[in-house]
Amino acid sequence: MRVVKLSKENLIPFLEVISEKTDLWAPVRKPNSGHVFKEIDDFALIDVDYTRTILPPKKIFLPPSFNMFKASNNNYVEDFSHVSPKILFGVHPCDIHGLLIMDRFYSYIFDDPYYSKARDNTLILGHSCWPDENCLCKSTNTHIVEEGYDLFFTDLEDSYLVWIGSSKGDDLIRVKAGLFDENIADKDIQSFIQWREERDKAFQTEINFSAMPDLVELKYNDTLWEKLGNACLACGSCTNVCPTCNCYNVVDKPALGEDSSQIVRCWDACTLENYSEVAGGENFRKKRSDRLKLWYTHKLQAYISKYGKPSCVGCGRCIATCPVDINVKTVAHTLDGENVDSFWIRFHKEVRK
Amino acid sequence: MSVEKNELNPKNPFLPEPARIVRMYPLTDDVKFFQVRIADMEKALAFKYRIGQFAMLSVLGAGEAPFSISSTPSRPGLLEFCIRKTGTVTEALFRLKENDLIGIRGPYGNGFPVVQIMGKDVLIVMGGLGAAPLRSVLLYCLDNRDQFGRVILLHGAKKPSEMIFREEFLDLKQREDLECYLTVDEDDTKKWKENVGVVTTLFPKINDIYPGNTFSLVCGPPVMYKFVLKELVKLNIPKDQILMTLERRMKCGVGKCGHCAIDYIYTCLDGPVFTYWDVIHMRELI
Repeated sequence: MRVVKLSKENLIPFLEVISEKTDLWAPVRKPNSGHVFKEIDDFALIDVDYTRTILPPKKIFLPPSFNMFKASNNNYVEDFSHVSPKILFGVHPCDIHGLLIMDRFYSYIFDDPYYSKARDNTLILGHSCWPDENCLCKSTNTHIVEEGYDLFFTDLEDSYLVWIGSSKGDDLIRVKAGLFDENIADKDIQSFIQWREERDKAFQTEINFSAMPDLVELKYNDTLWEKLGNACLACGSCTNVCPTCNCYNVVDKPALGEDSSQIVRCWDACTLENYSEVAGGENFRKKRSDRLKLWYTHKLQAYISKYGKPSCVGCGRCIATCPVDINVKTVAHTLDGENVDSFWIRFHKEVRK
Repeated sequence: MSVEKNELNPKNPFLPEPARIVRMYPLTDDVKFFQVRIADMEKALAFKYRIGQFAMLSVLGAGEAPFSISSTPSRPGLLEFCIRKTGTVTEALFRLKENDLIGIRGPYGNGFPVVQIMGKDVLIVMGGLGAAPLRSVLLYCLDNRDQFGRVILLHGAKKPSEMIFREEFLDLKQREDLECYLTVDEDDTKKWKENVGVVTTLFPKINDIYPGNTFSLVCGPPVMYKFVLKELVKLNIPKDQILMTLERRMKCGVGKCGHCAIDYIYTCLDGPVFTYWDVIHMRELI
């Protein structure tokens, strides 16, 4: 690993020069709703002072809906039009961990070319962040990154420490090497250590994820699932905003009057009713509580059992998004012994007023 | 058993390969038999699969769905499927004619552990459309008859007219190296010469089962499992020698779309064949 320094006024000039031939995507504030990753035309709009974007970067690699094939007369032609060279700037550690989980998933046994082509064509420029009350990444141990980025910018008041994580990242630095300072002074190291200590103290929420597999197992038939199921709107928002949710549906859309089709792949959600329905109308998870249970056993139990860590990266998006307050935080706390009725009363008080 | 990669189109596992319908005819009122050959002759001969695996079939304009392969790998070149008309894709398949093209991907799934079953007695229990994947096993055992011990077939259907492969299985009754028992829940024809009653009423007919030396392979509607499993446990067949093949919604077949997930298991990669122990051990399997 090589670390260099970049003074803050040199950030935009650096982004300008590297994005001359490649599209740059970065966080931008959307009026009245939050931050989004967006293609940048105006560098003044880039806003790195954000906690979480509405949607995670997965939308850039696998858009909510895209074409897999154009087909006519039983001749299927691959369509990779969603793939183009991109630089993605301002990605937080939790989202980088989300991409690492996606990488493993989409290359497991069979490689998914729609994901891997888009991933291979995108450079990841990470950015440090500061937690709010919903950030859980310290509990999931995803508040720091050691891989999965080409460059990573740690924000230290007047300058950035830039961690070079790949050969491509090194090439980027060399595009305008004059902007960077190779010498890291003792003062910089001290301010990094101080930043890290203060940032680690700033977390307000903690979840004991290592206890979750056993608790999910023991409470598998608990009435809490029924109660959560009654509150759940089955809207699928939690899955849409989750950086590690990857389920999708495939639809054959025929063109009217022609013998041709577009094979469209679009996001799906295990919390939606027809998700597990098979031929003849048999549905393995007709109840909302069963589908919620699937989501949470997957995130909090199954993945931990298989890979030793949760498939939650602690980004807090489900907390910020769920309209009825069912999220990793409330479910984990409920599993951990918080009275579900008190949660229920709080929910009624807060939502009904 | 580990999953082998689809070699039809290694660069894009989602790309359907054109295949031609060689023969198709009705098995019952709503089930048709399809014989399919991959159009590219080299790929047709290179298509290697194991008993119990499945393939994704697609009809342009209608979509794609998973289907058990009913033919046996011991007779390469042609692939057979028996398909019930029940949704968009199957309705489109039923509208096609012989010589029409469809798309195929696969083979997918773990399949039955042939190597472990070899040398053992094989007790096949099928109900209704459960014959689709298990016919592959039956034909494989008969084609390699000296590799297996006793081969016993129990097959149940609602009515004689709804029995899939009825004539084929009735012919098999002539064979001395196969113990073949057929039953219908109800005989509306009054011409049925075989057993009448649910499939579990066939169990008293089989005798001298050596449980440790027997593999039982089961497939049928969800309600059948409950009763058949009880009978198999009564026979003392070890739970990890009771194998069943399951159905789930699937959009990819290669462990990506998520629809067939149960805990951390993907039916398309880790299944569709599971043991009875798996079923007890992992919730939601049946």
